[in-house]
Amino acid sequence: MASDFLLAHPLNLSRIVITGVGLTAPNGNSLADFRANLLAGVAGIEWLDVRYMGRLLAGVCHYDPLKHQRRKDVRVGTRAGSISIWCAREAIADSGVAFEAFPKDRVGIYIGCTEHGNVETENEIFAISKFNYDTKYWSHYHNPRTVANNPAGEASLNLGVTGPAYTIGAACAAGNLGLIHAAQMLRLGEVDLAVCGGVSESIHTFGIFAGFKSQGALATNDVPARASRPFDLARNGIVVSEGGCLYTLERLDDALARGARIYGEVAGYGVNSDASDYVLPNPVRQAECLRKALANASMRPADVHIVNTHATATPLGDIQECEAIRAVFGSGCPETHINNTKSFIGHCMGAAGALELAGNLPSFDDLTVHPTINVDNLDPACALPGLVLNSPVKAARVDTILNNSFGMLGINSTLIVRRFVA
Amino acid sequence: MICAANHHMTNEECKKAVLDIIADIAPDEDLSNVKPDVRLRDQLQLDSMDFLDIVMELRKRHGIEVPEADYMRLASLDSCAEYLTPKFNALAAKS
Repeated sequence: MASDFLLAHPLNLSRIVITGVGLTAPNGNSLADFRANLLAGVAGIEWLDVRYMGRLLAGVCHYDPLKHQRRKDVRVGTRAGSISIWCAREAIADSGVAFEAFPKDRVGIYIGCTEHGNVETENEIFAISKFNYDTKYWSHYHNPRTVANNPAGEASLNLGVTGPAYTIGAACAAGNLGLIHAAQMLRLGEVDLAVCGGVSESIHTFGIFAGFKSQGALATNDVPARASRPFDLARNGIVVSEGGCLYTLERLDDALARGARIYGEVAGYGVNSDASDYVLPNPVRQAECLRKALANASMRPADVHIVNTHATATPLGDIQECEAIRAVFGSGCPETHINNTKSFIGHCMGAAGALELAGNLPSFDDLTVHPTINVDNLDPACALPGLVLNSPVKAARVDTILNNSFGMLGINSTLIVRRFVA
Repeated sequence: MICAANHHMTNEECKKAVLDIIADIAPDEDLSNVKPDVRLRDQLQLDSMDFLDIVMELRKRHGIEVPEADYMRLASLDSCAEYLTPKFNALAAKS
């Protein structure tokens, strides 16, 4: 698909590889802990007091911000900034790159966000409500905290990165978009090391909970760990979560030259838009996005061994994604397994795509596919061949992972990562 | 939220009130040895946004307004006490 254009327009088609992972999820603050919990069926949902709304279900992260930030930086900055710094520092350390000596103007930071600024705006309005809404009590930090580039900007300040650092707004497709954009920038030669992925601070804004509740899309359950249940007949909506996952991406030659450990290779991607509705997904466009990614990776559906779904546990959304997957994969892909990570961690919004990919990367090594938990009664409309329910399964081969992330206003993204073979 | 002192405030109490604010806005700093006659910015890591925080917290916690033209008066603990103590006491006299 891409080949005709690229043959006519010689570009740098460097292979792009993943060399480091830093994350915080509601059920783990490192890839090892996160993966162990995904294989052990351990969810990370808890009760959270939300302003004006009371106790609600949420995915809360429990990393230690003071490992990489001064107390003042935590106070002045945002939660999304703090999560970005945590993930970036952990990813860089994991990559083994000699970061102190690395030219900082050759590092790019590309962070996907669903939204940014709501938390601080709500906090400030609440604060001035105590002063009869007199705006002279409005914080002078409001603007640096709410600018859309804040999470990436805080990471650049913390790391001393002087290369491009900005966010990518793409609703809940944003985590994938961070990686895809980074791969593009590496191929263009804009940077030599990319720190990329997605973050979310969404649980600190009541607005996102209230919005989903008004939409009839907020999960309820007496047992937190059972609340997020994509594909189950009793699913009743989204569990809102915070989280973050950033990767270091490099061109293969650079990674090999420094003897880096390689988690996987970016094989291809697809991004498109529904152009049909503010919130309702469009399975025809989703299927087009999947096909676009497969063509970009020069793969057939049967070449994919894990499909990590976006499904958020809304009644309609899950069915529509299954329809798209069914249209592309049909029944002729006996080695394709399908799973869902939100059943453990809820919906980490801008971090979702990046975190959900991370949870599956270890499958290249352990040949195990983590399941979708909380499926007591599979919705027949969500039945797909290869769906991994409630317990992990061993796979004969895991050479390719396909990661779906879709978002409001109809932004779709599919990212394909393959086992690295020299 | 606004709680003006309800007794005559001394310069030392005023300095303590300012240090309490600084402890919150610069939580990494050691405040046990702040020299009252030395500019705060010369002995602590405080930037212009932090000074705006001091002004904001004086407003929020104590109902004290510091006009921009007077920001220089907050340079050291001594100058803070000289400038702010009468303001604290004027507020206390009103309450």
